[in-house]
Amino acid sequence: MKYLCLVYLEKDKWHAVPDRECANCGGGLRDRGMLLAAEPLHPVETAATVRVRNGRISVHDGPFAETKEHLAGFYLIEARDLNEAIQAAAKIPPAREGSIEVRPVRELQP
Amino acid sequence: MPPADSFQQTVTDVYQSDSRRVLATLIRLLGDFDVAEEAMHDAFRAALEQWPRDGVPSNPRAWLVSTGRFKAIDGLRRRARFDQLDENAAAGELAVDDDEAWADPESVQDDRLRLIFTCCHPALAPDAQVALTLREVCGLTTEEIAHAFLTPAPTLAQRIVRAKAKIRDARIPYQVPQSVELPERLDAVLRVIYLVFNEGYAASSGDSVVRHDLSAEAIRLGRLLVELLPEPEALGLLALMLLHDSRRLARMSADGEVVLLDEQDRSLWDRALIAEGTALAERALRAGPPGPYALQAAIAAVHAEAAEPSATDCVKIVGLYDDLLAVNPSPIVELNRAVAVAMRDGPAAGAGLIEAILARGELTGYRLAHAAHAEFCRRLGRIEDARASYERALSLTRQGPERRLIERRLAALSNSAGPTD
Repeated sequence: MKYLCLVYLEKDKWHAVPDRECANCGGGLRDRGMLLAAEPLHPVETAATVRVRNGRISVHDGPFAETKEHLAGFYLIEARDLNEAIQAAAKIPPAREGSIEVRPVRELQP
Repeated sequence: MPPADSFQQTVTDVYQSDSRRVLATLIRLLGDFDVAEEAMHDAFRAALEQWPRDGVPSNPRAWLVSTGRFKAIDGLRRRARFDQLDENAAAGELAVDDDEAWADPESVQDDRLRLIFTCCHPALAPDAQVALTLREVCGLTTEEIAHAFLTPAPTLAQRIVRAKAKIRDARIPYQVPQSVELPERLDAVLRVIYLVFNEGYAASSGDSVVRHDLSAEAIRLGRLLVELLPEPEALGLLALMLLHDSRRLARMSADGEVVLLDEQDRSLWDRALIAEGTALAERALRAGPPGPYALQAAIAAVHAEAAEPSATDCVKIVGLYDDLLAVNPSPIVELNRAVAVAMRDGPAAGAGLIEAILARGELTGYRLAHAAHAEFCRRLGRIEDARASYERALSLTRQGPERRLIERRLAALSNSAGPTD
C-alpha cells in the first residue's frame, strides 16, 4: 500500500528542524525500500491557488484558509499497512514540531 | 542460477510461512514490537538482495532472525552516532540480548507462544487484544482487521499503537506464564480466539451472517495453540470451532438467509470437520474435569451425530448443560439449557425456564432470549405472547439476515391459529 505522509507546521516552526535531519530521514526510508518520493515546500505565502469555474481560470495568492498549521512537505511511502506507515511517519523529524497526516493513496478506478 | 523472479517468489513464500515466527523471535531479542517489526522488514529486504547472489540459506528463518537482529543493532548504533538529538536512538535503551543463545530451538519454539500470551495480556483492553493478536500473530494488515470488524482503519491503528505503548510502558514481560497463572492467562487467550471466531461466524452487525475470513483465522489460531500448548481447554475450543464451522454451508440459504439448526440440510454438514471436532472434544473430555469449552464442544458433537433433529440425544445434551452450568454459571448457558430442556420435555418447559430467567431481570436485552421464547409460545399456540417476544427480539437485533428471519416468523404468526406441535 502507498501512503502519503503530509507534514504540517506552523509558520514560525518552518525551519525548526534542520534540513540535514530531514534528508537523513528520507535517506533512511529510501535505504529501507519504503520511500517513493519526498519534497519540502516553500512557505504558504508562495502558494497560488487555482480554480476553474465555468471554463475560466481564477488564481488566488497566498494562504486561503485561516489555519495555524500549513502543508510544509510530504513523503510518499510504501508500507505493508497503516500501522507500518504510522511507525514511519513517527520518525519524520517535524513530527516533533508540527504534525504528520497519514493518508492512504487511492487507486484511480479505470 | 534461477532468475530473479523465482527468488522473489521464494522470499514471498518464506514471508508467508515464516514471517510471524521471525517476528516473534525478534521481539524477544530486541525487546520492542516496533523495533522488531522494522528489523524483520529489513531482513526480508536484505534477503531479496542477497539470496539471488549468495543462494538461499539452508535455514532461511535463522538467517532472517540473525540478519534482522544485526540490522536493528547496527541501525541503532548508526542513528546514535549521526543524530544525537533523537532520544529514541540511545542504544542503551534497548534490552538487546547479546549472547548467541537466542537460537536455542526450545526458546525459538516458545517465541510464538510468548507472542500470543503478550498480545492477549489482561492489562490490554479486549478489543486491543483482538487487534494485536490478528496483526502480530496472524499477520493480518490493519486495513484487513478494520474491514472485518467494520471499524475505521485509523481507529484500529490507534488501538494497536496504544496497545504497543502499553506493553512498553507497563513493561509487560514477553514470556509464557508460569504454571500457577497459566489457567487464567490461557483463558484470556481462548477468549480472544473465540471472540474472533464468533465475530466471523455470527457477525453481530452488518448484512452477511458469516464473515468467513475471521472464522478461518480463529481456527488457524486454535490449531497453532493446540500445536504449541495442548491443554484440554485449548483442545475443547478448537473442537467447538470446528464443529460450528462444519455447519457453515447449512446455516445460510442460497439467498443469504439464516437457517436454524432444526431446519438445516444436514447433508451439507462437513463430515471431515465433524470427525475431527468430535475426536478433539473426546480428547478434551478425557483429559480431566471438563472445562466450559470442552463441554460446549461435546454438546455440539451430540448435535452433529444426529442424522435428523428428532434423533438428537437431548437427554445427553441436557446433562452436558447441567455440567456446563456447574463450571460456568451464566444466564446465557441457562438459556441454552432451556432450549435443550424444551427439546426433551416440550415447549412449555422451555418457555417456563426462559420466563424465569427474564423475571429475574436477566437477558432482557438479549435478542436470542426473546426469539427463543417467541418460538416456544408459537408452538404452544400462545400467539399474542409469541408476537410480543418476536417484536422485542426484532427491536434488539442489528443484523440484516436475522431481522428478516424474525420478520418472516412474525408474518407467519398472523396466518396460524393454533399449536403447531
